[in-house]
Amino acid sequence: MPTVSMTVNGQPAAGEVEGRTLLVEFLREHLGLTGTHVGCDTSQCGACVVHVDGKSVKSCTLLAVQAVGTEVTTIEGLATNGTLHPVQAAFKEHHGLQCGFCTPGMVMSAVDLLSQNASPSEPEIREWLEGNICRCTGYHNIVKAIDAAAQAMKG
Amino acid sequence: MPDSGTNTGIGASVRRKEDFRFLTGKGKYTDDLNRPGQAHAYFLLSPHARAKINGIDTNAAKQAPGVVDVFTAADLAADGVSGPICGWVVTQKNGEPHKSPAVSALASDRVNYVGEQVAIVVAETLAQAKDAAELIEVNYQPQPALIKMKDALANGAAQLHDDVPGNLCFDWEIGDKAATDAAFKKAHHVTKIDIHNNRLIPNAIEPRAAIGDYDSGMDMMTLYTTSQNPHVARLVLAAFMGLGPENKLRVVAPDVGGGFGSKIYVYRDEIVTLWAAKKLGRPVKWTAERSASFLTDAHGRDHDTHAELAVDKDGTFLGLRVSTLANVGAHNQIFSTATPSYLYGCLLAGQYRTPAVYGEVKTVFTNTAPVDAYRGAGRPEATFVVERLVEKTAKEMGIDRAELRRRNFIPPDQFPYQSPCLVQYDSGDFPHLLDRAMEVIDYAGFSARKQASAERGKLRGIGLSCWIEACGLAPSAVVGFLGGGVGQWESANIKFNPTGSVTLYTGSHSHGQGHETVFAQIISEHLGVPVESVEVVHGDTAVVPFGMGTYGSRSGPVGGGAVYKAAQKIVEKGRKIAAHLLEASVEDIEYAGGTYSVAGTDRTKTMAEIAFAAYVPHNYPLDVLEPGLDETAFFDPMNFTFPSGAYFAEVEVDPDTGVVTVLDMVGIDDVGTVMNPMIVAGQLHGGFAQGIGQALYEQCVYDENGQLLTGSLMDYCMPRADHFPSFRTEETNQPCPHNPLGVKGCGEAGAIGSPVAMLNAVIDAIGVNIDMPATPEKVWRALQSQAQAAE
Repeated sequence: MPTVSMTVNGQPAAGEVEGRTLLVEFLREHLGLTGTHVGCDTSQCGACVVHVDGKSVKSCTLLAVQAVGTEVTTIEGLATNGTLHPVQAAFKEHHGLQCGFCTPGMVMSAVDLLSQNASPSEPEIREWLEGNICRCTGYHNIVKAIDAAAQAMKG
Repeated sequence: MPDSGTNTGIGASVRRKEDFRFLTGKGKYTDDLNRPGQAHAYFLLSPHARAKINGIDTNAAKQAPGVVDVFTAADLAADGVSGPICGWVVTQKNGEPHKSPAVSALASDRVNYVGEQVAIVVAETLAQAKDAAELIEVNYQPQPALIKMKDALANGAAQLHDDVPGNLCFDWEIGDKAATDAAFKKAHHVTKIDIHNNRLIPNAIEPRAAIGDYDSGMDMMTLYTTSQNPHVARLVLAAFMGLGPENKLRVVAPDVGGGFGSKIYVYRDEIVTLWAAKKLGRPVKWTAERSASFLTDAHGRDHDTHAELAVDKDGTFLGLRVSTLANVGAHNQIFSTATPSYLYGCLLAGQYRTPAVYGEVKTVFTNTAPVDAYRGAGRPEATFVVERLVEKTAKEMGIDRAELRRRNFIPPDQFPYQSPCLVQYDSGDFPHLLDRAMEVIDYAGFSARKQASAERGKLRGIGLSCWIEACGLAPSAVVGFLGGGVGQWESANIKFNPTGSVTLYTGSHSHGQGHETVFAQIISEHLGVPVESVEVVHGDTAVVPFGMGTYGSRSGPVGGGAVYKAAQKIVEKGRKIAAHLLEASVEDIEYAGGTYSVAGTDRTKTMAEIAFAAYVPHNYPLDVLEPGLDETAFFDPMNFTFPSGAYFAEVEVDPDTGVVTVLDMVGIDDVGTVMNPMIVAGQLHGGFAQGIGQALYEQCVYDENGQLLTGSLMDYCMPRADHFPSFRTEETNQPCPHNPLGVKGCGEAGAIGSPVAMLNAVIDAIGVNIDMPATPEKVWRALQSQAQAAE
């Protein structure tokens, strides 16, 4: 079985995996990072979004072996010393989550959006979220939260 | 966003206590849990919609690498384990109970839908279990499938179940047929409609999952599962499925990623996973793949209805006649008979004074997945019938849609109002809801907006829905009278800790609704404890004394009622302790906001001081009072609650492409007392998305062979963020008169009122009646056929 190694949330991580092991399986089952969720089997729902080398990626579309040598950030690595990232804080302030299952993917996706576009319009936010499905919130407060986070991050 | 300020009681938009763990990836959903030594399960699902099983050969699979064992129906039958049950006996027109075929825990001699579980493979790894499942040889003898209800009901149709002639589950009626027939004889105008309520697939984003665990030393079975009602699951597993007595069974529903009804039921895969864990003596874990969720989660809706409304010449409703075929799929489940009968028929009068109503419903078994209660359960279907019919009547009679409704509203001074459909509405102010909705949408300005759209080549439409529902399930005596098998109270246990903080154990289950925050607000309001000092515990039968779970918008009205009652018991016990400590008579002790005082003096004791005295009873009336500050209450409501609302949708249609753009969605709701405005608005937003999804995008499609064509998120159109505008919601806060918090419930409201408002808007825009979902293709074809007819 191949050995994979990468940096996850700033720490070195390695393990022996089957070739077919997906990145999300490596994160959840080998590293115990269960904050990244699996909501589908066709790369539609976006619950598994993480950052690979700073870009949002659906971790169910990537084999663990493809991530060798990369810097991976999961939802567990976003807050610093117990202080929420502005996007996490905005989701709480604006009730951008209900059951919480899609939330890690939503947050990781939104952080990437704001890294590329510091002032997205509402249509731009909605379009960006096309790859993240939520069944609870109707997206209303998710969009508000991302807009508020953008304002907060501009400071 | 309302400001929470420093107030953490009822009515404040307190930010959610549960959010931190979800936002940092520390939530614990079932698939996040692992038990030492666990094996992994995979279910072999039927590829056929209808087939005889002539034999199953599992030998090769059992020899495959890593396989622990493979089980089929025969193994379960040998241990006396049976399958899903129906929880509600519906009495038919002829006085007989509905037909409820026995269901095994795995398919035995036949399969009745694609996805039916046939065998379980348990292996060291999931990949090994999946590989081995391909080695199972099932000798199927395929037979023609019965997918459409009319085919299943046709004379001479084959039977899904030997003991269900004609595939008819029940033939049921509600209302007064003779009075309704008489009303139609007097009619000036009769509006007729034939409509289909499209079948939906739930798609909670967390797939269902289960872990079975057996402790042989304690002879204790534990099921970790994605359930909305763990105590109900335990009751059902013990009483009906032969898995052991309740005291030897623990059900844990940890964080659950959305339910919407689909996680009420005890499914075959959960039963079998738990049984296999005991059989094998090691934990067994199973998680559904999304494609399996599509096939096996209980679906929703799927009604065909003919309805007629009789009106006099000024538009007064005289009578309503409704005839519905409802698909129950391959077999019954817990609420599959209650949903298309009582949860549907009881709401057919809507918000109107229609004096005579008669409804009849036939439910039909077909070779499709089971259909059961889903996100509104029967009430979206009733609202759809009534509000399409009313809208069409307005158009046919040339009366403004709002004016026609207003003429027929039950007046606010007529409550309590006995509906001709069994239920007694407790409260409501329908004209006020409509007035406010018309203001917010700017109804008067619509024609100018329509004109502006026309100038851009677009067709603009507006749609209205004035809806009422019955929720807060439910008064147990009424449920029992109507055939329900359980009580529908809720329980709460408030434990003060000696240092003044509180742990609340509730039988409600939160899977997104925010109970950990809202129930803490009730404690804060009535016991003066800040929300951060209240721990809300739910979802574990070993920890929470009892519960009936969360569905039917019952957590606020019923679960919250139990919390309130337990809080009052705490206050009364505390009063006696305070009287002792303050050396006053109990009658002289006043209580407010967490502080006891002797009337007319400045002598006080805080609740924290009372709690400490209760657990450190050095100075305590032990001769008349037990130590401790720990009270349990059960609350069983006197009636259902009746939220209502007025919803407007506004759309623009591109006639060249048929694409519908949602421009506005306004909901004015009466959900009773609003305990947390932020959370209530969030619940309504989610309901709107579901309703618009049903109206415009979502459709479960089986082909004629019973293959699910919409079996993935690539084929079934789940609403995305860019399908919607921001929503506009307001609540009117008219308290429910018969529960202590005045709460009516808000979990289902949005999904009940919005589909028909949206469809009415599309039909208003294009001028042609079409069914949901109003996809671009359907809209475009409707416009083309209209244009051809005009030529």
